[in-house]
Amino acid sequence: MTEQAKPLCLSGKGVTKIYGFGDRRVAAVDHVDFEFRKGELISIVGESGSGKTTLVKMLLGLTSVTEGEVYFLGERRDISSRKKLRTYWQGIQAIFQDPFSSYNMFNKIDTVLLDCINMRGGRRLPREKKIEMMTEACSFVNLKFAELTNKYPFELSGGQMQRLMIARIFLLKPQILLADEPTSMIDACSRATILDMLLGLRDEIGMTIIFVTHDIGLAYYISDTVYIMEHGKIVESGSADDVILRPSAPYTRRLINDVPKIHEPWDFAARRPAAAEATN
Amino acid sequence: MKTTFRQIFRQANFVIGFSIITLILLVITIYPLFNPGSPLQMIGQGTFFKPGTYVNIYDSLDTSKVYTLRLDDAAANRIGKKLLPADRETMRAWLIAFGLPEESVQIEYTDDLLQLWWNSYDENVRPQGMTSAARKAAARVDAKLAGLYNMESLTITQPDETTGEPAQKMTVSETDYVNVSDIANVRVLPLGTDNFGRDTLKELLAATATSLKIGLLAGCIATLVGLALGLFAGYVGGIVDDIIMFFANLFTVIPGFVLLILISYSIGQESRGATTVAVVIGFTSWVWTTRSVRAQVLSLRNRDHVNLSKLSGHSLIRILVTDILPYIASYVVMALILQICSGILSEAQLSMLGLGPKTTEVPTLGLMMFWGMQYTAHLNGAWWAYFPVIVMIALISFSLNLMNTGLDQVFNPQLRS
Repeated sequence: MTEQAKPLCLSGKGVTKIYGFGDRRVAAVDHVDFEFRKGELISIVGESGSGKTTLVKMLLGLTSVTEGEVYFLGERRDISSRKKLRTYWQGIQAIFQDPFSSYNMFNKIDTVLLDCINMRGGRRLPREKKIEMMTEACSFVNLKFAELTNKYPFELSGGQMQRLMIARIFLLKPQILLADEPTSMIDACSRATILDMLLGLRDEIGMTIIFVTHDIGLAYYISDTVYIMEHGKIVESGSADDVILRPSAPYTRRLINDVPKIHEPWDFAARRPAAAEATN
Repeated sequence: MKTTFRQIFRQANFVIGFSIITLILLVITIYPLFNPGSPLQMIGQGTFFKPGTYVNIYDSLDTSKVYTLRLDDAAANRIGKKLLPADRETMRAWLIAFGLPEESVQIEYTDDLLQLWWNSYDENVRPQGMTSAARKAAARVDAKLAGLYNMESLTITQPDETTGEPAQKMTVSETDYVNVSDIANVRVLPLGTDNFGRDTLKELLAATATSLKIGLLAGCIATLVGLALGLFAGYVGGIVDDIIMFFANLFTVIPGFVLLILISYSIGQESRGATTVAVVIGFTSWVWTTRSVRAQVLSLRNRDHVNLSKLSGHSLIRILVTDILPYIASYVVMALILQICSGILSEAQLSMLGLGPKTTEVPTLGLMMFWGMQYTAHLNGAWWAYFPVIVMIALISFSLNLMNTGLDQVFNPQLRS
């Protein structure tokens, strides 16, 4: 039980997000409890609309929490003022799903990276030092900073943009990284590279990664702990081996069955009852 | 940026609209250089002169000095020869009977004799002791004199270049043709005059300049206010959004034009300058910009790049200026063009009601319409007093809207053909 010994870095009790009023109330995230431990790689798996992204936004403090409490490093999270939010964001950062819409297309790449240095209190550093830091961050993700200066993000490919995003995290060095489907818009080859870099970064700066994905196979390969979400609720959680190899919830079983296997033909007939069940 | 400009200037709509506006701007800047003077100067003594070229045969010199025009000797001799001794005797007899002392009337000096005759003769006066036949003879001589003068040519004078005194330039007889360039007082009035006798073309161009300025100022104010409120309402949301949208809705349900009329009326005719009117128009027409900017911001505020900017710890103002504003800049430019256009139209409408800028300082397109209506130009058939104004308003509005459509086709990918 060495895992239990690891300290909590982010946890929540009864975290709920409700959109709309009156009859149109929709609970996007419905009384979710979770305990993310330091240094782990946690996967949150679920299909589209299961409330993964809403949960991530609440954890980041970008959306308000309707009900429940979030604890950051063991203490109740306080993000009531801009200053406190700023401090909070020094500890928790994110990579978003779509690299093409993650950048302000009017800002140059230098600005993106300089912002990170400034946020870490490096505003007064000499320019050479800043360039050195940016070059280091870029070389960590196999990009050449000298080629990127005075370029705009949209001049890069999707994979390069996502790598630049990781370089950003490299500079920011947060304790927690929320990766919201960072590889879903990327082709399979770049995906492996990006995952490698994320894992490398975890070892480099010792941060916790919360990896949000709809790909249960991927989650199994990379994570220590897996949370399965369905309709805003966490239906199953535990170590990756427990959840994937010995699933208890029917939804988890369905997710595992939905993973296409290369050596087996796709059996539509066998899948129909499952689909019918899902619609009910 | 460069490619966007290139795209914009490839849009036929935009280019046509832009050319018309540029042409109007060029004309209103260049015309006053060739035709200086106040556009409100009244040049005619009547109302609604038709378009055309006008010659004024009287000219006045603004001086207290008295000038005497010296006719050349040939002209004096011609008249002197035609005035026969018998006629001179008749004139002398009448003048003495009229009561002038005998020694003052001398028939040898034609000039003096004629001077006396004009000063004294009246055919209705019956001097004592004159026979009826003598009176009739005097009347015949008077008629002959008038005839002699009519036979004589018209004299055109111009101030002498060195002395400044009027000097005879040339003579024109009754049946002659005259070169227009020889006449000093010629005025071309391509659009005639208005009811005050002002040059309509000059007034129209000055009015266009003023109206464009009013439109630009009103449009800028409306866009700035609308943009700022829309950005805050859309981005901050919550109570700020509620308050701003409460006022926006209030302004929407109260017809803006009624509000404009009330404000203009309460300001009073004397303190309403062109700038005041523009400011009033600007502050009553921000609502639509606010609403549409807010709608745009609402769709932008949850984009990932905005979230990333927040995560980078940027301040509210910095996010608004660097992450939201550039994305809606094209939209704001289009809104600005429409606001300029509606500012010009609002001014015209207000002035038509007599609530525009005060009438003594500058002409505006609306004021010209107002004057045309007040002095019943339409009933007098004086089309030149109002029709060119309508055409000008239509042209400005047309070209601005055309520019807007062109921009829309560049910035809105769904409209690209």
